[in-house]
Amino acid sequence: MTTCTIKPNKELLTKLKLTADEYLKIVELIGKEPNEVELYMFSVMWSEHCCYKNSKALLKEFPTKNKHVVVGPGENAGVVDLGDGIRIAFKIESHNRPTAVEPFQGATTGVGGILRDIFTMGARPIAVLDSIRFGDLKLPRSRFLFSGAVSGIGHYGNCTGIPNIGGEAYFYPTYNENPLVNAMAIGLIETKEIVKSNASGPGNPVFYAGSKTGRDGLGGASFASSGLTEDSHKDRPAVQVGDPFCEKVLIEACLEAFKTGYIVAAQDMGAAGLTCSTSEMAAKGNVGIEIDLDKVPVRTGTLTPVEYMLSESQERMLFVVKTGFEKNIIDVFSKWGLDCVQIGEITDTKKITIKHKNKIVVDMDAKALVNNTPVYKREKREPEYFKENQKFNQDSIPDLKREEVVPILKELLASPNIGSKKWIYSKYDHQVQANTIIKPGGSAGLIRIRSLHNDMTTKGLAATCDGNSAYVYLDPCLGSKIAVAEAARNISCTGALPIAITDNLNFGNPEKPEIYWQLSESVRGIKEACLEFDTPVTGGNVSLYNESNGVDIWPTPVIGMVGIIEDVELVINHSFDKAGDIILLLGKQKNEIGASEYLYLRIKEIKGRVPELDFNLEKTVQSSARELVKRKLIKSAHDCSIGGLLVTLCESAFPNDLGFQLIADCPQPIARLDAVLFGETQSRIVISTDKNNLQEVENFLKEANCPYEVIGEVIKEEIKIKSLNLVTKTADLKLIWENALAKFFE
Amino acid sequence: MKFSVITFPGSNCDKDCVYVLKDVLKQDVVETFHDESSLLPGIDCVILPGGFSYGDYLRSGAIARFSKIVNPIINFANKGGLVIGICNGFQILCEMGLLSGALTANKSRSFICDEVYLKVVNNKTPFTSLYKEGEVIKVPIAHGDGRYVSKNIDKSQIVFQYCDKNGNITEESNPNGSVQNIAGIINAKGTVLGMMPHPERVCESVLGGVDGKRLFKSLCHLHSLFNI
Repeated sequence: MTTCTIKPNKELLTKLKLTADEYLKIVELIGKEPNEVELYMFSVMWSEHCCYKNSKALLKEFPTKNKHVVVGPGENAGVVDLGDGIRIAFKIESHNRPTAVEPFQGATTGVGGILRDIFTMGARPIAVLDSIRFGDLKLPRSRFLFSGAVSGIGHYGNCTGIPNIGGEAYFYPTYNENPLVNAMAIGLIETKEIVKSNASGPGNPVFYAGSKTGRDGLGGASFASSGLTEDSHKDRPAVQVGDPFCEKVLIEACLEAFKTGYIVAAQDMGAAGLTCSTSEMAAKGNVGIEIDLDKVPVRTGTLTPVEYMLSESQERMLFVVKTGFEKNIIDVFSKWGLDCVQIGEITDTKKITIKHKNKIVVDMDAKALVNNTPVYKREKREPEYFKENQKFNQDSIPDLKREEVVPILKELLASPNIGSKKWIYSKYDHQVQANTIIKPGGSAGLIRIRSLHNDMTTKGLAATCDGNSAYVYLDPCLGSKIAVAEAARNISCTGALPIAITDNLNFGNPEKPEIYWQLSESVRGIKEACLEFDTPVTGGNVSLYNESNGVDIWPTPVIGMVGIIEDVELVINHSFDKAGDIILLLGKQKNEIGASEYLYLRIKEIKGRVPELDFNLEKTVQSSARELVKRKLIKSAHDCSIGGLLVTLCESAFPNDLGFQLIADCPQPIARLDAVLFGETQSRIVISTDKNNLQEVENFLKEANCPYEVIGEVIKEEIKIKSLNLVTKTADLKLIWENALAKFFE
Repeated sequence: MKFSVITFPGSNCDKDCVYVLKDVLKQDVVETFHDESSLLPGIDCVILPGGFSYGDYLRSGAIARFSKIVNPIINFANKGGLVIGICNGFQILCEMGLLSGALTANKSRSFICDEVYLKVVNNKTPFTSLYKEGEVIKVPIAHGDGRYVSKNIDKSQIVFQYCDKNGNITEESNPNGSVQNIAGIINAKGTVLGMMPHPERVCESVLGGVDGKRLFKSLCHLHSLFNI
């Protein structure tokens, strides 16, 4: 046994966040005691961020296949086939910890990183979305983090010329210290073959392209895998610095280089930099790799081997090139003014061998770093708060009085969680590339697809990010099911069919049994819902240890979903079109106020039963909406979610400065007034149709067995609820809604 | 009609312009890289597209104007060739000296992407002949440095002004603080146009508007008249 001779440097192990058991496993795997550089490499590759050691056991439960999925989890991004020769790569990723200490660069590099995952596969990025969560905007620090992150996201997307077509933003005190920034990117594969990351062909040269290596982002992957503390600001050097101009030329150069067909494999250098890209390419291809650090382009001449291997300098790529075609590739990169140098070659040793100043500084099995990572199944325990909340009785809250409806509606519209997000997305270019059909602010973003390979296609792609963390906190399994259902509903509202998801699991410290319970319950919910909607998981990201000074954030899974529509001419959005159109509500009204934003407003805490979810009803409502779009029978469709029915109606009325009036007996007194107006009952969609099509719409809905109710009519300028004697001007409400975020920055 | 669309490192609306001209308007288009030393013969109009040339790190358009292709473009313009600079292209034209004035940071100090109304104040240009004088059109903007400033403005050189829905030139309808709400100007000869809004993004109804299409059509119309 080797164990008796092992003398691990305890101080170093603690610093690297490796356990003694993990150290022993390393020794066993590589058959020797690791030197300092090797140990550092293990520390980043075995961080949660890179190897998912705390979540892997759960994630393998996810469905990963349907007829659209071409590439599932494990590659840089998932790929779905839309037909007509169109293949779409997409993925979501988080940059939470960097944003907490340096919001602009943290968010910027989050976008940069996810874009590289996309174009590394031979796909041109065609859209980004962002799902962000910050603390109470009354706090200066929250405003600093939020506005910095929005500028950062905008800066990178704008400069690289990728439209931001949607997303979501929530503000709760749980994110005061630990904000969440998740960015999703979508790309259209332009190469004949999807570019993979498995290296092959011993003797083939390994090339490094893009930015020079510096000391930024050192150990970013490990930093991202631990909780925030009072001292986290000292980790600022672990935050990377982004250069979107470099990324833009890198995109052009890489796509041009891939199209030559001389690139065997490619991997971007993101988390864990050279360590991750070299070891993963070798391990996946079942080959070895040899690198000479002295050939790596550097910003400064004095990097140590550890710094080379751990730097997370941005905008860097690693390629394996076919022997004999090196010049073709170098020429492409020099055309775009980028470094492209050979730094090593592929070997048949299956080892990762790193040289520095003519000495071998790393020599170990590549698979040890990648394939044999630790997997932890943690102890889980149902938390007290969960049991307590299940007992919540909504009857303990008095129902709304008639005269309270308008003030409550105004308060809801003024809430940053419900109010217009234009303050955010007006800082993002959402129309560059000239494909955007539904801009941010709609149910889902939607772009048309212009294919290099097929100029006849009429297809469009819808995309959305969704996750109501208040629901997930109160009921992780049901809340996560709703996240998937709501994403699918948003996609369906445009007329598109949901086809696949990417997920970002933002959770607290999994070593606490209550948090691990949240994680496992949430994964169970996502899994069940994905099976129901036939929207498999094609990849994603896990961000754990989202805690600050020991307090965990609410469990926050974010579902990034894509959908397909056959003909973009059919697409509808959420806006009412003209006075006289009839408004219908698909789905059923229920007597639910639990977990709603309304209740949060009234009792200042998130409480109550999360709304029920009936998959069959949900699927009927969604497929009916899609079919009505296809038959050109409706003019608008809008998902009824946070804020409830009145908020949804307002959101549909605002874009064209219209109003609505509810019919005489609506709301019917079968439930609490607040439940009908502001409850967040699931599986509901508000649609509008021309009067002349109403009969046909109703006939269809009856035939489809889709529950519905004609609830009112689109009118000019005013909002009228006859049964409550309530009349108010749309313009007044719109002003409040538009100012929901802006008011914090005046 | 034959267009040349220039790509600088960091241009990101070059492909959109190529697409609109080629696929929507069915015109000849040549894609020209910044390091070429001449324009191809037979070019009728050069387009400098939007984007962030060289990252716009020093000052928008400041580095691009040293590109190899710039002198050939200046010569082309001096001989009366038609040139359009959109967004970053407008900034580059100012840096090149083909248009007077400069584009500075938006009054709000932040990037703005929105749809704005423009008043076509001069339709006696090769770029706007198919618009009515005083017509109000809706075109998107997306820029951080779009505030036009200039010491001497010849009224006849103003082509587009930011306005409200009804064509009133107001402070509220000025998205970036440009002097006199200027969104687009032309050189004294009337052959070089610079504008911050993006006409190429509104050339198809499926994208929500077609108000930009007539700008390119005006050029083609003029060209066909001359050919006859």
